[in-house]
Amino acid sequence: QFYLSHKCVHCSSASGHFVFFIIYATRSLIIQIHQFILQEDLNKKMLDGLLEFVKKSAASFWCRDDDWMSRMRASEIPTAALVLGVNMPDHTITFESMTELLHDSLTPFVASVQAKECTGNRSYVWPGIKAFFPLPLQCHLCMSVCVCHLQKSPVKSPRKRLSSSQSEFLQSPPVVVIFRDLEAFSPQVLQDFILVCSQYVHQLPLVFIFGIATSPSTIQRMLPHSVSSLLCIELFQSLSCTQHLATIIDKLFLTSKFHFKFSAKVLQVLVGIFLYHDFSVCNFIKGLQLSLLEHFHSQPLSVLCCHKQEALVHAQQLNDRDVERIQQLPSFMRYVEEQVPEEQVQLLTSSEHVKGVCQKLLKSLHKYHKNFYPALRCLHVLTSILPKYPLGKQIRELYVLCLEKKVWETQEYDSAMQLIRMLAKDELVTCLQKCVEILTFCKSKKLKKVGQQLQDITATCEKLDSDRENDSSGKGLQKTDLFHLQKTLLEMKECRRTRRKTPYEILRNAVVDYIDNLVKTHLYPPESQPLYEVWYYSSSGTVRRHLNATPRTSIQTALSHPYCYLQNDSGIISSAAPDICIIYKLHLECGRLINLYDWLEAYATVATAAEGKDPSAIEGGKVDELKHARFIRAVSELEFLGFVKSTKQKTDHVARLTWGGC
Amino acid sequence: MSPAKRAAEVSGLYVRFVGDAEVLEHIVERREGAKVPKGSVQKLLALKEDQGPQECEGSVGEQDYLDALGTGATAGEEDGGGGGGGSSGPGGSAVFTFQTAKRSHKMAQMASEMARAPGRTVTFCSPGSPEAAGSPSRGSRGAAGETRTPPKGRKVRFVSSTPHRLRKRLAAPNLRSESDSDLSPSHSEDEEDDDEEEREEKEELREAELTTPSKVAAAALYRTPAKKPKKGLEPSLVEEYFTAHASSKVTTSDRTLQKLQTPKLDQETLARLLDGKPSSYADEINQLNKEHEKFFSKWMLQLQLGFNVLLYGLGSKKPLLERFRTSRLLGVTHLVVNGFFPSITLKSILNSITVEVLEHQGSFRSPVEQMDFIMKSLRQDPSLQVYLVIHNIDGPMLRSEKTQQALGQLASLTNVHVLASIDHINAPLVWDQAKLSLFNWLWYETTTYLPYAEETSYENSLLVQQSGALALSSLTHVLRSLTPNARGIFRLLAEFQLESRDNPSYSGLSFQEFYQRCREAFLVNSDVTLRTQLTEFRDHKLIRTKKGADSVEYLLIPVDPATLTDFLEKEDAQ
Repeated sequence: QFYLSHKCVHCSSASGHFVFFIIYATRSLIIQIHQFILQEDLNKKMLDGLLEFVKKSAASFWCRDDDWMSRMRASEIPTAALVLGVNMPDHTITFESMTELLHDSLTPFVASVQAKECTGNRSYVWPGIKAFFPLPLQCHLCMSVCVCHLQKSPVKSPRKRLSSSQSEFLQSPPVVVIFRDLEAFSPQVLQDFILVCSQYVHQLPLVFIFGIATSPSTIQRMLPHSVSSLLCIELFQSLSCTQHLATIIDKLFLTSKFHFKFSAKVLQVLVGIFLYHDFSVCNFIKGLQLSLLEHFHSQPLSVLCCHKQEALVHAQQLNDRDVERIQQLPSFMRYVEEQVPEEQVQLLTSSEHVKGVCQKLLKSLHKYHKNFYPALRCLHVLTSILPKYPLGKQIRELYVLCLEKKVWETQEYDSAMQLIRMLAKDELVTCLQKCVEILTFCKSKKLKKVGQQLQDITATCEKLDSDRENDSSGKGLQKTDLFHLQKTLLEMKECRRTRRKTPYEILRNAVVDYIDNLVKTHLYPPESQPLYEVWYYSSSGTVRRHLNATPRTSIQTALSHPYCYLQNDSGIISSAAPDICIIYKLHLECGRLINLYDWLEAYATVATAAEGKDPSAIEGGKVDELKHARFIRAVSELEFLGFVKSTKQKTDHVARLTWGGC
Repeated sequence: MSPAKRAAEVSGLYVRFVGDAEVLEHIVERREGAKVPKGSVQKLLALKEDQGPQECEGSVGEQDYLDALGTGATAGEEDGGGGGGGSSGPGGSAVFTFQTAKRSHKMAQMASEMARAPGRTVTFCSPGSPEAAGSPSRGSRGAAGETRTPPKGRKVRFVSSTPHRLRKRLAAPNLRSESDSDLSPSHSEDEEDDDEEEREEKEELREAELTTPSKVAAAALYRTPAKKPKKGLEPSLVEEYFTAHASSKVTTSDRTLQKLQTPKLDQETLARLLDGKPSSYADEINQLNKEHEKFFSKWMLQLQLGFNVLLYGLGSKKPLLERFRTSRLLGVTHLVVNGFFPSITLKSILNSITVEVLEHQGSFRSPVEQMDFIMKSLRQDPSLQVYLVIHNIDGPMLRSEKTQQALGQLASLTNVHVLASIDHINAPLVWDQAKLSLFNWLWYETTTYLPYAEETSYENSLLVQQSGALALSSLTHVLRSLTPNARGIFRLLAEFQLESRDNPSYSGLSFQEFYQRCREAFLVNSDVTLRTQLTEFRDHKLIRTKKGADSVEYLLIPVDPATLTDFLEKEDAQ
């Protein structure tokens, strides 16, 4: 009974919920802002490049040199091809910000066109152009395009008119036309437009921007050489969506600033939807928002999921009901069990004591996360260079692994550690340097100390370098015959086996042990922390059901196994099942066409039996009216659902639209 | 299920080989005929047996379990065969006509099985009982059953063929852990169905595991034979599909509804009969719907936060949405769209938004312009919150790309909140990635099991007698406003159409001939007059014109003969 409408929160019953929604509202705001910043940042490079490109082409238009090169160039329309990736809806934001940027900083003449707006073949008017272009030009373009279509001849009259109004455009900023989805345009329309525009390229500073979802070769496929030679194309590559996702996960989840966390399952579901269904970062964000909402809606204790100071204040203000909830949390119960008996009694009886302990636990939860992420990053730095990536290539894979269980107990971890023990020195040193960088930037004092120690190790490692060079100088192989070579090699092998380890190897082992220790102290799975439920959202089923639903499965389950929904202990379709289920079950037995009379008769048999009468008593042709009516309704319901349809192939038959058992 | 039949169904090709001729052989000389299919069956079995032994090396417990399942399945099938031969209508003599399809026969068997289901503890017929072989309509299976004499041999066959398949079935769901199936790489319809079936199978197996042997048999009994082939390899699935659709010849029984005393019921009788009859499971259904009502506050919240809610699942969701509307939306601006209504259009939806919600008087040239206007005015006034409740957003009239695009654009506005339902099994196909992102759906499964009373009442169900009352009244109304000459012209056409109603190839009256007739009846004096008149008819949708193959215009009244007769009678009475 609580709505959140825009800014005001109506709250009728539970006043406690008031707080959640304020938190939620601010939280979703934060996400949006975060997301926005990310988007901006990610595409900034591309947009800057684009802006530069447009500027440059405009400049070259106005100050023309007289040499051959620039004259050649002058007859071409400068074109930027943006390769954006396959998920089209996601591009909307990019294009919007691009249009805005160009509009604000460079030129008022920006037209953004979508394929579906200009499908007409003959008298199409480019609505985008209509909106943005100055009127005379608009007339010219539209007219010339129309004329071109009608007469199939080069445009002459508009050019004359243009020359009269040319002075008007002389110092005008460039005219930018953005084709949002190049693939969807009809090639004919596009070709005509380019041809017409190329007529004006001397009078007008035109710039095209193509948004491409697949690959740059699309341009060659869509436009014949005669047309594409009129364009001077420069390629811009946006960040791929997987990289985008990686950044989002990195910025939102692998940080202790953002307190809402996913459990491993939920993260897997969302990443799965992303990778296997849509490649849409927007949908990922939607999933994030949904789970945020679900978390705050279903977990009253989520009030404690906020900044440390706030959370401590909230913990102090908990009412008795909330304290009870805390006591019922599985993680808290585990914590209680570990305590000494007197403490246990205290925790179970005194709510004040619980609040105190709760504050303590919250502090430790914050601390745990502060240490968790830098440690995770360090481990990732070390394992992401290993062959075959035993712990995953992406940091999110390692993250999921760490969330699920104690990572050091897995086989993959063991093999990764073994591989690290074989790393060459320069690789190890670069890794360690990266680790040191990560650790020095984190706030926790403990980790800073670790970072310091790692730095020392790195320094020693580098010092070894010079020592070793002196060592190994005499050991080069001289030119010998095969026999001697073999012998020397054998000797060397022998010697290596017996020889004690080099200082580097000792150091490397020390490093590995050190890292292992780091992992074991900091990368505990969050389940081990008391009160982790407050931060972590774990209902992966809900997320999947709401985002990636399977309506057809649900209908078919409902039809063939009604007991799943109607709480019935029997587990089989008895003859008393809803009519539509009986009808459905019967229709499964049929081929492509179904005889309605047979169907009706079969149904009548079942229905009669359900009433407790003897089914063999019904005579052919005598079906009770009510049963007939129920049959009709059930059949038309099946028709409505799309399982059967009426057909004229045979009298009183319907065609099945599904086949096999589906 | 007997191994022979299963083998036959595994290879779609084999099913094709048993033509009518071979079935005839079975029936005429069953002993001899039986050899042919048996040979081929064994060939198939031999193939299976290669895989058999190593499959069978499982633990003893599992083996027992599989055996139990296998025998359970046979028992069930045998019983089915017996039931088909015995109790249900199309037994005995009907079987011997070739028109009787195997499939439709199975339906009757199924019915009789289900009819017996309440007494679930019935002991199934022993495998060797004569009844089991008594239905020749089951072709090869019946024959195989007959020839297999030693029960031991049968057992061997089970071990060699069944476990492999069952094992596969058992293994497949296990491989997909809960999270795995979440992430299954591609979700084409077929694969989903497979999944679904695997799940079903899993459930059945689990069920079988838990229950007593007699229950096992019962559960196995309901595993429909038609499903089995799908369990096979993917190629055989494809073959199956094409064999099912290759032949245009369909074998179903020839009986028609005319055999019934009341072949067709009209809409009113139907409504009267169904009204107030409590369905079985009323309590459970009620409870289910109560569960759904708990979501109301959550929906409201999610709608306000920019999501749109989509309901799916079996059963009419109209009452649920209606309850939501009456309990939550009374104070706010909302619009209810009945998508299942056969004459709803995008224009009417947009019109009601502009007129009722935005209170804009004035017309628009095109829906695009109207959309733009709506979008602009709603963006300008963010305080105006509009709730759109769309029953059946997948309704036949709303399925077009343009309509969905427009609805999606509406839904993407921050102050428009959409709550919709879908029912058709292929409904999600109307949205592509772009539209889905516009709609921003949150899917909710709300299986209600409520009858689609209102939704199906508009459908021209083939079982429902069309009263034609609507068409008749519109005819009379329009004609009443016309001149006597015009009425005469129409009458002429109607009479001609009635005369030739027995002619199945009648495509209409050609314009020239019509003109001739009208002239003879002194109704028109030039073909221009007639054409003007016809244009008027056409505008009122009284007639339809069609260009024939010879590019001559043919005129037709798109009303069924009964209505037309009624109409003429009424005219005569006046």
